[in-house]
Amino acid sequence: MSATQWEAVLTSPVTEGRDHIQGPADAPLTLVEYGDYECPYCGAAYPIVKEVQARMGDQLRFVFRNFPISTSHPHAEHAAEAAEAASAQSRFWPMHDMLFENQQRLGDQDLHAYAERLGLDLEQFDHELAEHVHAERVHDDFLSGVRSGVNGTPSFYINGARHDGSFDTETLLAALQRATASDR
Amino acid sequence: MASREGAGPLPVGTWAPDFELSSGPDQTVSLVELRGRPVILAFYPADWSPVCSDQLALYQAVLPEFQQFDAELLGISVDGIWCHVAFARDRNLSFRLLADFEPKGDVARAYHAYRAADGTSERALYVIDADGIVRWSYVSPVDVNPGADGILRALESIEKESA
Repeated sequence: MSATQWEAVLTSPVTEGRDHIQGPADAPLTLVEYGDYECPYCGAAYPIVKEVQARMGDQLRFVFRNFPISTSHPHAEHAAEAAEAASAQSRFWPMHDMLFENQQRLGDQDLHAYAERLGLDLEQFDHELAEHVHAERVHDDFLSGVRSGVNGTPSFYINGARHDGSFDTETLLAALQRATASDR
Repeated sequence: MASREGAGPLPVGTWAPDFELSSGPDQTVSLVELRGRPVILAFYPADWSPVCSDQLALYQAVLPEFQQFDAELLGISVDGIWCHVAFARDRNLSFRLLADFEPKGDVARAYHAYRAADGTSERALYVIDADGIVRWSYVSPVDVNPGADGILRALESIEKESA
């Protein structure tokens, strides 16, 4: 696979307090994924990212940003808003996992059921989803992705540079290791 | 990487060749009639092929941003108009798809974006300003989705200069 002629880089830096982050803030490597909960390729990447995280340990910080392509995936936008609504109750990652593990069932009733299973305040969750309280946040993520050259989902960035190879475990690990070496 | 014919896309600063193509059973679009607004031309190889679909789905999602620059997005391939109609309906595309169908690939040729060996156009992008001048052009490897960031940067620089 080839890159575009210009270098695609992350235009919005990872920000503690705003971004959804797993791993230590001072990790030498940061992997950012722009993803869509209804996209089958993102579903395929989901266990791969988990494996990469397990293998890299404290060396890696992982960040997930929303990139719902509603044209292709009618449930993606609501699913992203559901993850943000869970985040408002400090449960982003459990909801993130729940959504990717149940990609085929992302209707509004399903989202409600996942919120219930995670013990969220359902009144608040339903209200925020119905009022699209988190739509702007999701759109901001989407736009930051467009600006950074996201050209499909999932798109990965390693220390700010777009990863244009495939995203199987070994390729991602090799790319992360190259980034480590080049920073030394 | 896909090989490319000729000497690349029309360079920045040249007049964008005019054309008139069908955009539907009873409609045509000409470039001249869009003067006064920026125009984005997205040449793509074929309806239904996987990369094209992702690229056009992305552009549909980014359409509101293009519209903030008052820009008109036109997709162009050598597919016929009925193919475009079915494709746009299936993929929920609301922007116009033009049929560079007869004489086949004529407009793609005028824009140095025809792949004679395949009988399709390149995956080529043009941003044309309100006066009809090419302000940005890019030919992507045919199997790579070029994204939308280059288009937005070009629209931004046009807006800055005319401000």
